[in-house]
Amino acid sequence: MGDWEGVRLHVVTGKGGTGKTTVAGALAMALAAGGRRVLVAEVEERQGLAQLFDVPPLGYDEHRVSSAPGGGEVYALAIQAREAMHEYLDMFYRLGRAGRALDKLGFVDFATTIAPGLRDVLLTGKAYEATRRRTGDRFVYDAIVLDAPPTGRVLRFLDVTTSVSSLARVGPINRQATSITELIHSPRTAVHLVTLLEDMPVQETADVVADLRAAHIPVGAVVVNQVRPAHLKPRELAAARRGRLDSDTIADGLRSAGLPASDDVVGLLTREAADHAERVALERKQRSVVDDLGRPVYELRRQPDGIDPTALYELAETLTEQGAV
Amino acid sequence: MNPAARAHRPPQFDTARLIDDRRIRIVVCCGAGGVGKTTTAAALALRAAERGREAVVLTIDPARRLAQSMGLSELDNIPRAVAGVDTSGGGKLDAMMLDMKRTFDEVVEDHTTPERAKQILANPFYQALSSSFAGTQEYMAMEKLGQLRARSDWDLIVVDTPPSRSALDFLDAPERLGSFLDGRLIRLLGGTARAGGRTYLKLLHAGFSVVTSALTKILGGELLRDVSTFVNALDTMFGGFRERADQTYALLKRPETAFIVVAAPEPDALREASYFVDRLSRDAMPLAGLVLNRVHPSQPGGIGAEQAVAGAERLEAGGSDELTAALLRLHAERLRLAARDERVGERFTSAHPEVPVTHVPALVGDVHDLTGLRRIGDLLS
Ligand SMILES: Nc1ncnc2c1ncn2[C@@H]1O[C@H](COP(=O)(O)OP(=O)(O)OP(=O)(O)O)[C@@H](O)[C@H]1O
Ligand SMILES: Nc1ncnc2c1ncn2[C@@H]1O[C@H](COP(=O)(O)OP(=O)(O)O)[C@@H](O)[C@H]1O
Ligand SMILES: [Mg+2]
Ligand SMILES: [Mg+2]
Repeated sequence: MGDWEGVRLHVVTGKGGTGKTTVAGALAMALAAGGRRVLVAEVEERQGLAQLFDVPPLGYDEHRVSSAPGGGEVYALAIQAREAMHEYLDMFYRLGRAGRALDKLGFVDFATTIAPGLRDVLLTGKAYEATRRRTGDRFVYDAIVLDAPPTGRVLRFLDVTTSVSSLARVGPINRQATSITELIHSPRTAVHLVTLLEDMPVQETADVVADLRAAHIPVGAVVVNQVRPAHLKPRELAAARRGRLDSDTIADGLRSAGLPASDDVVGLLTREAADHAERVALERKQRSVVDDLGRPVYELRRQPDGIDPTALYELAETLTEQGAV
Repeated sequence: MNPAARAHRPPQFDTARLIDDRRIRIVVCCGAGGVGKTTTAAALALRAAERGREAVVLTIDPARRLAQSMGLSELDNIPRAVAGVDTSGGGKLDAMMLDMKRTFDEVVEDHTTPERAKQILANPFYQALSSSFAGTQEYMAMEKLGQLRARSDWDLIVVDTPPSRSALDFLDAPERLGSFLDGRLIRLLGGTARAGGRTYLKLLHAGFSVVTSALTKILGGELLRDVSTFVNALDTMFGGFRERADQTYALLKRPETAFIVVAAPEPDALREASYFVDRLSRDAMPLAGLVLNRVHPSQPGGIGAEQAVAGAERLEAGGSDELTAALLRLHAERLRLAARDERVGERFTSAHPEVPVTHVPALVGDVHDLTGLRRIGDLLS
């Protein structure tokens, strides 16, 4: 049993560029493993998922983008506010063709510009709908993973009640907002945070965890991304930091390896070790801040050659091994 | 490096010469989020000040510790002198952090009567617009830049740009917001539509009832009333928004301005940088060069990556010399990271061979004080 049994909506956020899209994709794959079906959705109209899964640009229909270990399926969707609005106008106001005509006047852009909260409700509303969709008595998707806006904007994005508070007091949008809010505040939702072991992303993670808790939105795991392996033992790290690695030992080793053992080479390796030790020490400090948040922590290694479908598969397996699924 | 690769070497970007050039009055640091725009802007401004220029840096979202070290902990929208700067060369450094809402308020106050201004500032729609709208931050950064330039307290203004996902937002968002505020639909709501092309008007009137009824259904009467009061109160300023944005935009095209594009050696960041460079050249805006920040340094003259891995494997197989084996692994990893950075950087350069580039290595810790900024300043030149 994984850490997120019973969670239907996984929201992935983090500081910009830390790896939200990548982690959302890997998590979807991990959750789909063993014959399940999972939907991963993006909301920022950037085609990040298409790039990640190496498929043509995604539209507003759900496409199968990957298989998962042990025969599961990952579907992906790029939620667009404009399309969500039309769907909604069709469904509740039967505006049909007239709804599309409004586009000529820039209606959707205009409405979502004067009421940015409307955009958020439309986007989260679509994800909400996907969590509930059924064929017969079965859910269509076993879980939904949402590649959400970055930490700075995620609270506003999830705070659907406030988003609609400036809109029409009655009507389908408000009714739906109530249900979305209920889902987001329930144990069926988990908001996962992606971070690097650097000052700014960790700081933002800590801030957003506090904010989520204050808003009574369930905090999921912290995913520490792009971790680089520690090559030295603790005692060596301490020595390396102080520039006290033994040059003779290093030179002997180089000779045994059949490599040049000049002072220059030894000096270079020692300096690199000092840098490395310094970095490890700083990362440890950040890691302890992460640990203090009291949430499950998963570590994903930095893939030296970037992310391709194979690397993504590996990241998914790592998440599973660490208890995410 | 082979000779073919050397042929692709970009011109060296000389930031020291740039900031010493007294004809340069504005430096704008652009790039995707998190690449080091704020750091670069602050480091350049500090360096310029310590080389005798009267500089001000407009930061947008500095990291907390950096802000503290520059005395920016209070967000009061006024440039203040930074303590600890070496002013013996006759220069100075002021710094400020943008408060977009305050800047917006000031624009309103400067352009209308006190009563009107009060009305606008109290309007709920205005409050949302000025504090949380997409594009407002970019617009207000431009606005602030225009204001700073209009004063004669500094001879160099270094501007950081908002942490947008796209560097282009800095150039496009003000125009977008300006058009929105001056746009027909919003004027229609305010009942102030002016003739704007016959057919369009016809279409508007035909569609108008559908539009307003749909808007009312979805957005509710209250919001629409707020928007409408806002629009009417703002009527005297209409046109003003776009005009102001246009003025600053024009400022950015003058030869006294220099754009610096900051990027990390990552495909995404460099793709952004590429778009931005193309855009600058299309709009005839003066690009000074690219700062490739947080590059993994490669030390020449050591052992090659493959050689290092082979050596480590030999030692590991023998079960001896664990320390050396680990150091060799570490060395190989660093070389691989450096090689990857170089490949990614070369891709940019082959698309933009004329753009001068400078590399700033990734420091071990982050940059959170004047000492750190001086170090980045040194590495930049
Ligand atoms: N574990 C990893 N190893 C190597 N590269 C990674 C890893 N995780 C992410 N990356 C790379 O880092 C970059 C940023 O990742 P990604 O696009 O997932 O971040 P993001 O948080 O979604 O960014 P944004 O805020 O722009 O949406 C990408 O180039 C991605 O391939
Ligand atoms: N060359 C560098 N070496 C190490 N850390 C750096 C370097 N450049 C920037 N940083 C750090 O990276 C983080 C993001 O930098 P910042 O300038 O705030 O980016 P941006 O303004 O583009 O979002 C900060 O913590 C900063 O200290
Ligand atoms: Mg993303
Ligand atoms: Mg910044």
